[in-house]
Amino acid sequence: MQVRRLAAWTAIPLSAALALSACGGGGDSGSSSSGTVRIGIAEPQYLTPADTNETSGSQVLAALYAPLVNYDADNKPVEVQADSITSSDNKVWTIKIKSGWTFHNGEAVTADSYIDAWNAAAYKGASQNAYFFSQIAGYNDVAPAATTATPSPQPTAQKLSGLKKVDDTTFTVTLSAPFSDFKTMLGYTAFYPLPKAAFNSDGTVKSDFKDAPIGDGPFKMDGTWQHDQKISVTKYDDYKGEQPKVTGVQFTIYQQPSAEYADLLAGNNDVMLTIPTENLSTAEGDLGDRYLHSPASSFQFLAFPTYDKNFSNVNVRKAISMAIDRQAIVDQVFKGSQKAAYSFVSPVVGGYRDNTCGANCEFNATEAKKLYTENGGPSKLEISYNADGGHKDWVDATCNQLKNNLGVECVGIPTAKFADLLNKVEKKQEVGMFRMGWIMDYPSMENYLGPLYSTNGSSNYYGYSNSEFDKLVQEGREASSSDAAIQKWQQAEDLLAKDMPVLPLRFGQNNYGISTKVKNVEIDLFNRVDLLKIEYTG
Amino acid sequence: MFRYIVRRLLQGVLTFFGATFIVYSLMFAGGGDPIQALAGEKPVTAQQRAALTEQFHLNENFFTRYLYFLKDFFTGNLTSYTGRNVFENVGQALSLTGRIALIAITFTIVVGVTLGIVAALRRGGIFDTTSLVLTLVVIGIPSIVLAPLAQYLFGIQWKIFPVNYTFEKPFTSLILPGLVLGALSLATAMRLTRASFFDNLRADYVRTATSKGLTRFRVVGVHVLRNSLIPIITFLGVELGNLMGGAIITEGVFNIPGIGGQLYKAIHLDDGPTVITFVSLLVVIYIVANLVVDLLYAVLDPRIRYE
Repeated sequence: MQVRRLAAWTAIPLSAALALSACGGGGDSGSSSSGTVRIGIAEPQYLTPADTNETSGSQVLAALYAPLVNYDADNKPVEVQADSITSSDNKVWTIKIKSGWTFHNGEAVTADSYIDAWNAAAYKGASQNAYFFSQIAGYNDVAPAATTATPSPQPTAQKLSGLKKVDDTTFTVTLSAPFSDFKTMLGYTAFYPLPKAAFNSDGTVKSDFKDAPIGDGPFKMDGTWQHDQKISVTKYDDYKGEQPKVTGVQFTIYQQPSAEYADLLAGNNDVMLTIPTENLSTAEGDLGDRYLHSPASSFQFLAFPTYDKNFSNVNVRKAISMAIDRQAIVDQVFKGSQKAAYSFVSPVVGGYRDNTCGANCEFNATEAKKLYTENGGPSKLEISYNADGGHKDWVDATCNQLKNNLGVECVGIPTAKFADLLNKVEKKQEVGMFRMGWIMDYPSMENYLGPLYSTNGSSNYYGYSNSEFDKLVQEGREASSSDAAIQKWQQAEDLLAKDMPVLPLRFGQNNYGISTKVKNVEIDLFNRVDLLKIEYTG
Repeated sequence: MFRYIVRRLLQGVLTFFGATFIVYSLMFAGGGDPIQALAGEKPVTAQQRAALTEQFHLNENFFTRYLYFLKDFFTGNLTSYTGRNVFENVGQALSLTGRIALIAITFTIVVGVTLGIVAALRRGGIFDTTSLVLTLVVIGIPSIVLAPLAQYLFGIQWKIFPVNYTFEKPFTSLILPGLVLGALSLATAMRLTRASFFDNLRADYVRTATSKGLTRFRVVGVHVLRNSLIPIITFLGVELGNLMGGAIITEGVFNIPGIGGQLYKAIHLDDGPTVITFVSLLVVIYIVANLVVDLLYAVLDPRIRYE
């Protein structure tokens, strides 16, 4: 009898829990008002143009700011906030902006909005995007190169001497050396203008500005940045450019892609920018025709540390390249979500040619083995990679191919973070081959060549140095027209195919998913949703 | 009793400082590169490095940096390397993890202890065997499977619970993750209750009480239950600490920016100020949970006294 009563007690809490859960189940819908789309992002690191360089932050800033130029279907720059951007010598550029545009707080967008923002971003070279301004005359005075001396050298100027205001809507930019693709560069996040309200009296950006940035774009902030939760923006009625078709966007912040994918399946999220690799095989079945693809700018490759004498022989590098069946890895590991790369420059930029790598990237096991043994390649190969980026699968697959095709030992060596890997490379420690990835800053062929392979390139970690290559890249930058520039850069790319300082593996692709409530979702090369085109269908 | 509590609390303060110092030393000795970690896979220029080094005193010696940390900590100005106020972050994470832990621990107590008592009273019966097998099955499934499975079934398929945590439904959307976490310690709580309860059922004082003519309900509900709770309270105390430490996997699956996930992110970024604050906070939680458990011993068993 008592026992039965105890059993009854158990039943009460259980049924109470069920009743509670019933309350929780109901209101799944209705969280978005009419015309507001929900886009999943990760927590941005910063929300200021000068510091934002990752996808999530740029996506939000793309809603809040109007760029000087955007890119058309052929990735050529077209003016948005700019009226015209001209130069006769590729060195002094005159930028005329459209008049009558205002920031969300009512302030007019003037030449000063740009000049002040750029000066602040370049000051001391401290911001994440400062290097975008390094080509402007006077950068070295504003941001002297750091030395080991203490105290470190102080700037001798507050402002870039290369920025000059002509009138309220016109200013000139003088570069320290001519650059034919400067206009293309201006579409990047770093070049957005800032209102007067953003600055302290000393010309630096207010520290709380990032929580509620004031821009000049099609959307304005609705409230502040709710860290780790959401950022909401609503349509800015006084926007003078092309009007968006939705009334607002809610950027929901996700800690993990898997959680975002679950929300996409349940209809609680409208756009997921990157479907995680582990869901690629089921995405087709889960989403059907709501699983979409578009080209992306990323480029994955394996680099050879040239300081390591194991890899100093170019024929060894060629043999390793020929022993890798790129297509097989793309099909099996990436389920076709990326594209095998046979060139050094991504297909998304002008001047791309198919298969510039030629026979060196063509899979040919017998030829590879012959070349490898003839040139006395090392009996053991290593591929270093960062363990936090999901690279293990393809590195292991690549290693297995090298084992089978070259008859060598091969192991993948994980380091905890990419920073650790870079540190090892900088100290010239033994790392074997190592993985690298590149996402362009602006759609120009030069962006895939200069920073990566020039002798002083900012991301040239493998010590490749070829004076002829440097010269060709520089000539391209100074060329009088885009076509002339591309010609020079293509010659430079041909040198890479001969020297093989790295071996191209894959070009990226945006694999994204959308809900049934949106249409016309286009993802640009920077992995951002085109917020002017997206439509809400309810 | 009062003196005992004061003494324990003073010990707690010492433990707290010791812990921050040790964690700080470990972060320092770890020698990560927060500046490169912030930049991700992008190169860091010498100028950026110089500016950030100055801003966060990264070039100072160990003790100066520890003093800077303590100063910022006690004035509430502690900022993470990403520029966010650490206490704001901690507060948000703590309130979320606290709510989930509360749901989980309530679920464990209510269901686990009840099932354990019933199983002990009907030892060897069908109920005993079935509940044993079922809870063992649940304990055998790691959270990395259980959490997504629960999310898929209850959230996406049957739509009983919200799929993820959302700020619009701050309570209902936390029920499912709470239940998942509770389910993981359910089997332990149940088996512990069952064993402890069964032992006490055969104790001499039970026979005495029964022969005195007390009702079975009073014997079981008051005498046996109270004496059986000591190991369970010990277990729950440790469990509460674990739950507050954050369940990285479960929080990740349900998109909860709780302690586990935030701590993981901070460690990944070599974000010293955030890591140390979170760990110190966890130390405080453990100290308090242990103190409460110790005090409950005295409440449950009059033979235990603190002087």
